[in-house]
Amino acid sequence: MMRRWLPFALLLTAQVDAPAPLADAQLSDPRQEAQAKALMETLRCVVCQGQSIADSDATMAGDMRALVRSRIRAGEPPAAIRQWLISRYGDYISYDPPLGAVTWPLWLAPLALLAVGAWLARGSFRRRR
Amino acid sequence: MTRPRLWMPLAGFALLFAIVAVALFRPADRTVRSQLVGQPLPAFTLPALVPGKPGLSREDMTGQGPRLLNIFGSWCLPCIAEAPQLMRLRAAGVPIDAIAIRDTGPAVAAFLARNGDPYRRIGDDQRSAVQLALGSSGVPETFLIDAQGRIVRQYVGDIRADQVDSVIADWRAAQ
Repeated sequence: MMRRWLPFALLLTAQVDAPAPLADAQLSDPRQEAQAKALMETLRCVVCQGQSIADSDATMAGDMRALVRSRIRAGEPPAAIRQWLISRYGDYISYDPPLGAVTWPLWLAPLALLAVGAWLARGSFRRRR
Repeated sequence: MTRPRLWMPLAGFALLFAIVAVALFRPADRTVRSQLVGQPLPAFTLPALVPGKPGLSREDMTGQGPRLLNIFGSWCLPCIAEAPQLMRLRAAGVPIDAIAIRDTGPAVAAFLARNGDPYRRIGDDQRSAVQLALGSSGVPETFLIDAQGRIVRQYVGDIRADQVDSVIADWRAAQ
């Protein structure tokens, strides 16, 4: 009996990169957990770059979640944590890009496209009359 | 419809085709680089992991000449590929300190016995905390630190055999 379960027990203990305690455990204060969750959804995983750290299964994303939760628990405001990460990894780490020299087309493109759409619509309405 | 307007859809398609073709043959660089290059090493203190190898802190890395800080893991395959290059750098006189990410003492000791041990000190970073503080996005990565404890360069990914000479040159330039 013991022999049959031994491999499984070994599997459990031999896991080297076990996630950090706060990577997958919620904070006890629901308000803080909500803050942490909202922040994690807008931070990019640097390993799997299309995912937020809230969605990613990468171990490094787990470590980043642990960092976010432990800092939120210590009372740090989410904006300060985002800024700390941006100062390490650049704007790239944030899914909330600031309006700047590189990002202005990103912010203005929807308005420009909307204007083009309105212009096209105006043209076609006029023709029908 | 006038003649030029007739050609507009084709022109639009040609533009789109050109954009896609350029991106196919010259994909964007997705490497995440640390923003701390040119800035002082952040303060940290990491405990020892392997018997006979002291842990690592910022103080251990300042005021003793330029050195490399290698971020590695015994579980990381490219780190095995990088090991011979680190041994060559060590043989050339480049001091190398290391941070082991999410690792265990026995695993690191076995890794060093198998692949060679170029390290002066090894700090134990169980939660990637110092790795995140350095703006490092994976293993292996290597930082060149000057004598004042400033980060001069970051080498993302394993150092290849043909890179060793330029790393030594960078290290000499940081003297």
